[in-house]
Amino acid sequence: MVVLPLTGNYAVAWAVKRARVKVIAAYPITPQTTIVEKLSEMVENGELDAKMIRVESEHSALAAVYGAAIAGARAFTATSSHGLLYMHEVLWWVSASRVPLVMAIVTRAIGPPWNIWTDHSDLLDQRDTGWIISMAESNQEAFDLTLQAFKITEDDRVNLPMIVGLDAFILSHTTAPVDVLEQEDVDRWLPERKQLYVIDPNNRFSLGNIASPKDYMMFRYDIEKAMDNARRVILEVDREYGKVFGREYGGLVECYKCSDAKYTVVAMGAWAGDAKEAIDILRDNGYAVGVLRIRFIRPLPVNEILNYLSGMKGVIVLDRSVSFGAGGQLFTEVSSILASRGRPPAMKGVIAGLGGVDVSYSEIKDIVLKFINEVEDQGWFIKRQEWFMPYEYSFKDYG
Amino acid sequence: MALNVRLVPDKKYIRPGDAACPGCPEALGLRYLGMALGDKAVLVVPAGCSAVIQGIIPRNAFHFPTVNIVFAAGASTAAGMAAAYEVLGKDAIVVVWAGDGGTADIGFASLSGAAERNDNILYICVDNEAYMNTGIQRSSLTPYGAWTTTTWTGKKEHKKDLPLIMISHKVPYVATASIAYPHDFIAKLKRAASIKGFKYIHLHAPCPVGWKFDADKTVHVAKLAIETGMWVLFEYYNGRFSISPPSRPYIDKSKRKPVIEYLKLQGRFRGLSKDDIERIEKYIDDTWSWYVLLEKWSNMGKDISRLIERQ
Repeated sequence: MVVLPLTGNYAVAWAVKRARVKVIAAYPITPQTTIVEKLSEMVENGELDAKMIRVESEHSALAAVYGAAIAGARAFTATSSHGLLYMHEVLWWVSASRVPLVMAIVTRAIGPPWNIWTDHSDLLDQRDTGWIISMAESNQEAFDLTLQAFKITEDDRVNLPMIVGLDAFILSHTTAPVDVLEQEDVDRWLPERKQLYVIDPNNRFSLGNIASPKDYMMFRYDIEKAMDNARRVILEVDREYGKVFGREYGGLVECYKCSDAKYTVVAMGAWAGDAKEAIDILRDNGYAVGVLRIRFIRPLPVNEILNYLSGMKGVIVLDRSVSFGAGGQLFTEVSSILASRGRPPAMKGVIAGLGGVDVSYSEIKDIVLKFINEVEDQGWFIKRQEWFMPYEYSFKDYG
Repeated sequence: MALNVRLVPDKKYIRPGDAACPGCPEALGLRYLGMALGDKAVLVVPAGCSAVIQGIIPRNAFHFPTVNIVFAAGASTAAGMAAAYEVLGKDAIVVVWAGDGGTADIGFASLSGAAERNDNILYICVDNEAYMNTGIQRSSLTPYGAWTTTTWTGKKEHKKDLPLIMISHKVPYVATASIAYPHDFIAKLKRAASIKGFKYIHLHAPCPVGWKFDADKTVHVAKLAIETGMWVLFEYYNGRFSISPPSRPYIDKSKRKPVIEYLKLQGRFRGLSKDDIERIEKYIDDTWSWYVLLEKWSNMGKDISRLIERQ
């Protein structure tokens, strides 16, 4: 055990170092920048034997690490917000190339207006791209997920890329103790890079020329199968990591005090920690409540959501993002799963904390308590979205 | 630079059954690429005709290991591959084979980035002077006056001088080439491959479909481009700019064939007026003045540094 005081971003950089990544490319964007600054420092002082490509855009950053990955090197990049959106087409290319690759996303709001604070819209905009998408709650988990990502993506049942998400500033720039493990222990646990194919002069392989519609559809189905396999692999890696290093998170979700709960809060990212504190207070006041923390949004934890939540009296979903005209993305996904098995629990989607609006544990406690009282008073209902506003809405009414 | 044809490998790097149009210059260029670089080349192909020429999965007419990639990511993907080969100790020449759109327009930022970083790649722009793969739309490398499906009355702007822009990136090697002069092209490819860092070759590639000439005239049209002075072969290497042997005779304006001989073969120039042709003639003269001056200046620069050394 090597415990260091690290920001979330430095924790990610340490995991990249521990994984012995060979090629890194990135373009600076707040709040991701300190990840690549740290990695550049590690490369330049010889701590990390890797090539650093200081590209001219995020589009090139992902393309460059993709090139490195298909050429056989363990590779890494990181970005946020507009940088991620600028990369978007390359994300699709990477996953459909079935090449293991790891990227950290420090979640940040999308403009205009410019806003550098946390918001999950950038991350959730990538849901359909074929990447495994995870979200950390703590700096330690950001480290653990990044390290695990190399093992998950390089598993021969998966061969898909993976995103490790962490909230801007709340994690990225806040220092906490992080166990960065011993290098030799990591070397024993994480094997040399494995991948489906390598392209070089000795491997005369061709990738991505035109496919017939029928073949194309088969390739797409194969990604879906791999995504399904990833469910099992994520769980295996989590358990194994727990055995070797003593930290196990529960796989695709983490269930906090929800086994005997009647009401559950669903949340993802750093504020799930605040939700846990809120729940503890409510439990002290006699309420049977729990938190289901979504650790992976892709593959979607379908069975976990059904198993943990379908017997609940009420489920309240906190979204730090919105799909305009539809509601919060987590709510949309969770409710569609719950609706697939009989009558779902009473449900409410709450949209809060957009663009980094601070939401404290006591505010979450009030939001949850309000929901419980509504269900107890009115009985079963489904409310797709309720905005938890920082101040009274008084913009011009266009209606 | 002498090239012995008997020493060029006879292995075929473009297999029979490729999906190129009849008379396609890209298929010619790829053959020369194979002859020059052999088994060491790994190709990166952004969107464009060459993505189609390969044919349909699970087959591929290219005998090169080939990575197809999104339009704007030719240079950046290649940069990552080259970095990986270096760090893993693998011997390979990473070649980007891109069209004028992927190079001069949508891919220009990533090209400029890779050049400025001096990434160890060989970038080849296969310039057929319009977006042929999507059906002949104008690019920034389409010449003045040319008809395309987005310039129905002829393009109003001149072709931008991309090779000179690449020289301005202070890269170790820049050259122009033509599919009509395989000896020159192959020799340039071999020289480029021997240099570590960023190399750029701009290959002039007349397209029968987009330029509207008979499919058996590809090489003839490409040759006329040189003989009329519309396209100039040169090499920039070790800080020296030199006009290549096939183009040297045409430094003398009187040796150049009238440009009308080049233009009249191509349907895309059918709508040109007398004024338009004069503008093109002036464009040729201006371009040559630049190149001749560059050759002089770069050689003078060398003499000046020698003088300083003697002081």
